[in-house]
Amino acid sequence: MEKRVLFRSTWLPWALLLPQLLIIGIFFFWPAAQAVLQSFQIEDAFGMSTEWVGLENFANLLDDPTYLNSFMRTALFSVLVAGLGIAISLILAIFADRIVRAAMLYKTLLIVPYAVAPVIAGVLWMFMFSPSLGVVAHYLGELGYNWNHIMNEGQAMALVVLASVWKQISYNFLFFLAGLQSIPKSLIEAASIDGAGPWRRFWNIQLPLLSPTTFFLLVINIVYAFFDTFGIIDAATAGGPGQSTSILVYKVYQDGFKSLDLGSSAAQSVILMIIVVALTVVQFRYVEKKVQY
Amino acid sequence: MVDRRPWITVLSHLVLIVGVLIVAFPLYLAFVASTHTADAIVQSPMPLLPGAHLWENYQAALFGSGKLGSNTNVMHMMWVSFVTAMVITVGKIAISLLSAFAIVYFRFPFKMLCFWAIFLTLMLPVEVRILPTYKVVAELGMLNSYAGLTLPLIASATATFLFRQFFLTVPDELVEAARIDGAGPMRFFKDVLVPLSKTSVAALFVIQFIYGWNQYLWPLLMTTSEDMYPVVIGIKRMLAGGEAAVDWNIVMATAIVAMLPPAAVVMLMQKWFVKGLVDTEK
Repeated sequence: MEKRVLFRSTWLPWALLLPQLLIIGIFFFWPAAQAVLQSFQIEDAFGMSTEWVGLENFANLLDDPTYLNSFMRTALFSVLVAGLGIAISLILAIFADRIVRAAMLYKTLLIVPYAVAPVIAGVLWMFMFSPSLGVVAHYLGELGYNWNHIMNEGQAMALVVLASVWKQISYNFLFFLAGLQSIPKSLIEAASIDGAGPWRRFWNIQLPLLSPTTFFLLVINIVYAFFDTFGIIDAATAGGPGQSTSILVYKVYQDGFKSLDLGSSAAQSVILMIIVVALTVVQFRYVEKKVQY
Repeated sequence: MVDRRPWITVLSHLVLIVGVLIVAFPLYLAFVASTHTADAIVQSPMPLLPGAHLWENYQAALFGSGKLGSNTNVMHMMWVSFVTAMVITVGKIAISLLSAFAIVYFRFPFKMLCFWAIFLTLMLPVEVRILPTYKVVAELGMLNSYAGLTLPLIASATATFLFRQFFLTVPDELVEAARIDGAGPMRFFKDVLVPLSKTSVAALFVIQFIYGWNQYLWPLLMTTSEDMYPVVIGIKRMLAGGEAAVDWNIVMATAIVAMLPPAAVVMLMQKWFVKGLVDTEK
């Protein structure tokens, strides 16, 4: 990590770093520290008095069936979003890698969902599946399948999963395509000369060589499912029906801003922080091992 | 490809076309909805082909017809989104270039501490620290302001980290040559390093612009005045009318308009964006 040639100056590096350090000090570390502090306290709704309760907020959370349900739900949601997102993008990338004509066109069209805001994606999908005026809901009804995600919990979950996967396809697709294109053609040719058919080549050469990309995308997709899907859920189902699509980050928002239970919300934030840090550390360690400067 | 199997090429195109159709369908539907009257949409099923009301719907959406339940028209919200996105993008890139330069090319006490402090901010998205950040912003009197909208979002170090990765790949010979020619560090930075970083800057521009434009949770919490709403919040609020009928055609027209700037940025800068995203994220 050290460069051979370095500049010597006592004050210049600090001057360069100052803006960044100031901003992250005020807007990151100070609030993060406060979140941790708050998670050990109970505050009344008006903020008049605070009481130190140690780990009680955390203990309450772990005993609370609503919280544990939300935990399970978030786990299910992120596995579905990550799994489906990766599978679909991989298929598209494999075929996109093979063609020569119109490659740029397909790529451009497939990237567009990246630009769509999560909340707008939620609005679009909610619009398509709306029991009263949604086009897809209507045609599903004609096929005999009654769609009403406002009442049906499973369907609500399916809706937010689909919307989230739709939005993430572009990102995963780009990475898989780059990963595939970085596999030396000579390997593929050698396998082909040895008589391996396309399926064999995919399964035994391309897929294993894609595993760093797949792992990287797995972590990114899980973090995405945990946090960036807030807008989708707020627009499509608002956590409902009941609590069935209220994933952990949505619950933090509900408990903190709607119910004003600040201590519990802060504790939930801290737990989320721990999960994200763990995931990022795992990913960083894994990726750093493979990179040389 | 290596072997000649034309049926695979046909299959590839088929799969890709299906993929593009699935990806494009919600957007197509939104566009169609934005060209009909509200009544035509509410009568299920909605027609699947564009209607004749494109111009009037978009005019109503952009310049406010009074039916949206707010006095703010969409043009103003687009402006708020634009300013927010640009401030976040330019601010982040500028600060990060300086910080990455300091981290990579200088030796000073507590360097590693600074590096890890900056790296730590990568790990926690704003959603995890919303409540206390809200408190800090409120205490600083920055609610309902551009400063409040943008500063907390500049506080994550994605750009610094990416620039650092990039700077580490710049050959040392360039620095040596600059020093031999008598250039100081800032001269080197301005005349050598920054021009070399163009691709990364372009990629980060796209990523941060979209990130800033699409921000939802943070503006939702800290803006209470309608004329500080970014356009994505405006769209969601149009749906919030419980008893009042939602003008779906206007909502969809607004959604399409809201999607245009980020889509334009992605498509125009596609080449740099893809290169920068993939090369530097690894």
